[in-house]
Amino acid sequence: MNQNDVLIDVQNVSKSFGDHDVLTGLSMQVRRGSSDVILGRSGIGKSVLLKSIVGLLIPESGSITVKGQQVIGMKTRELNLLRQNIGYVFQYAALYDSMTVRENLEFPLRKHMELSEDEIEERVVEQLRLVGLEESIDKMPSELSGGMKKRVGLARAIIAKPEIVLYDEPTAGLDPITGREISELIRDLEKHFGITSITVTHDLECTRTVADTIYILDNGTFTYSGSFDDLQRAEDPLAKAFFLGIT
Amino acid sequence: MNTQHPPGALAKLLGFYRSRFLRAMEEVYGITMFGMRFFAYVFKPPYEVSEVRKHMDELGAKSIPLLTVVGLIMGLILALQSRPTLDRFGAGSFLPAMIALTIVRELGPVITALIVAGRVSSGIGAELGSMKVTEQIDALEVSAVDPFNYLVVTRTLACVIMLPLLTAYVDFLAIFGGFLSETMSSNTTMKLYFAEVISSLTFLDILPGIGKRAVFGFIIGLIGAYEGFNTSRGTEGVGRAATTSVVVASLNIIFVDMLIIQLTLLLFGSG
Ligand SMILES: Nc1ncnc2c1ncn2[C@@H]1O[C@H](COP(=O)(O)OP(=O)(O)OP(=O)(O)O)[C@@H](O)[C@H]1O
Ligand SMILES: [Mg+2]
Repeated sequence: MNQNDVLIDVQNVSKSFGDHDVLTGLSMQVRRGSSDVILGRSGIGKSVLLKSIVGLLIPESGSITVKGQQVIGMKTRELNLLRQNIGYVFQYAALYDSMTVRENLEFPLRKHMELSEDEIEERVVEQLRLVGLEESIDKMPSELSGGMKKRVGLARAIIAKPEIVLYDEPTAGLDPITGREISELIRDLEKHFGITSITVTHDLECTRTVADTIYILDNGTFTYSGSFDDLQRAEDPLAKAFFLGIT
Repeated sequence: MNTQHPPGALAKLLGFYRSRFLRAMEEVYGITMFGMRFFAYVFKPPYEVSEVRKHMDELGAKSIPLLTVVGLIMGLILALQSRPTLDRFGAGSFLPAMIALTIVRELGPVITALIVAGRVSSGIGAELGSMKVTEQIDALEVSAVDPFNYLVVTRTLACVIMLPLLTAYVDFLAIFGGFLSETMSSNTTMKLYFAEVISSLTFLDILPGIGKRAVFGFIIGLIGAYEGFNTSRGTEGVGRAATTSVVVASLNIIFVDMLIIQLTLLLFGSG
């Protein structure tokens, strides 16, 4: 694998909270333009891994490079420049609840891009259409259902057209139809805009649609990685269990 | 009856106070660092001017109704209470001056600060606390916006600017309340009353006072923001952040007030 092709490189990362070791020497490499999926039981450290990649949590040891830059120990200024290339879909949406849906979406645009009012409006409407929520543009987050919030969070993450998007359970809490639409959206973003992504999910349908490589996280490291077809045939008990959906 | 403590009870108790004490020290350290960070940030771009203005608006809207009532009544009561005493010493004519000095130097700033602390510190604590536990602060950070600058500096600055203004408003109302009480009990005129008030106040009553009010504003904003920012996981923490903010801010206001009084006495020699 050509080093230049690796956009996110996680090497030997360990992270603990107090005496609770969450990640213990975990490694993964995400190639440019690839969509990788992380599976793993609840509370195993999937969100912790995603947060470490964007520098929200700081691992005790190991190395994380994004676009060739070391994230661990990076200065805030540089980290912020790097973060402008990354979109993050939070597990519980994390919408700004003092702002309307429109303002939530405008926020990343106004902060870092020089766009005219018309362009901003156009983008906001376009993103909301992608997630099927044009009517909710002037609602407050408190007026939205969980699934709607989730989709607004997704729209907000991709509105600035980042190179990399990290999705933390993008389809959780959605009905199967909307869930499929979101999975397809993630796949299309990869296909059409070359977005590189890591998706954490429990949703097999989403995994099938999105994944180039699937990782299974257990006991602080990846115990399995492979394509969806490999997973289907895997002997690894956890992989099997996941496939049968009985974890 | 056996009043003997089981062995180790004393040690346990000491351990409890020790951990309480350490936690309090941690808090003091944390707030101090937070305050220093404020000064490191406040003069540096990006300036969130529209956010500051928005918080100033909110702060005023939140506290003015209560401050209006309290200001008027404070002046009324002060005049009603002092009139008989002053009369007994034949000093009834000093009443406007006395009210003006008491209000402007001491009661106005402290009462205003305590009331705003109750309304606003808790509000900031709860708001930032819930932003923290719902990962909105993380979301800001991922959007490459510095949450300290965007949330803490703006709110604290709004408090620093607004507190002197709100206090001036309360001072005026309280002095006016004193006048209302006076017109009921004696035959003073508004012109006479306010002439007395103005001639009794000197430059030194006003100037250190403005600094003090700004400091109170700083305490109110900063401590609310600190408690909110350090909320630990869960909604239970949000409630705790709100109440802790009020308690810590109020204590600090009183403590700092005492320091400032001592300091002005030392510097200017008059109380
Ligand atoms: N800020 C934190 N402080 C202390 N412990 C934490 C913190 N964040 C996560 N943890 C702990 O780390 C472990 C992994 O949490 P994480 O949120 O990554 O789980 P997850 O794999 O995303 O689970 P889920 O599928 O339920 O979202 C959990 O045991 C959690 O208690
Ligand atoms: Mg998670």
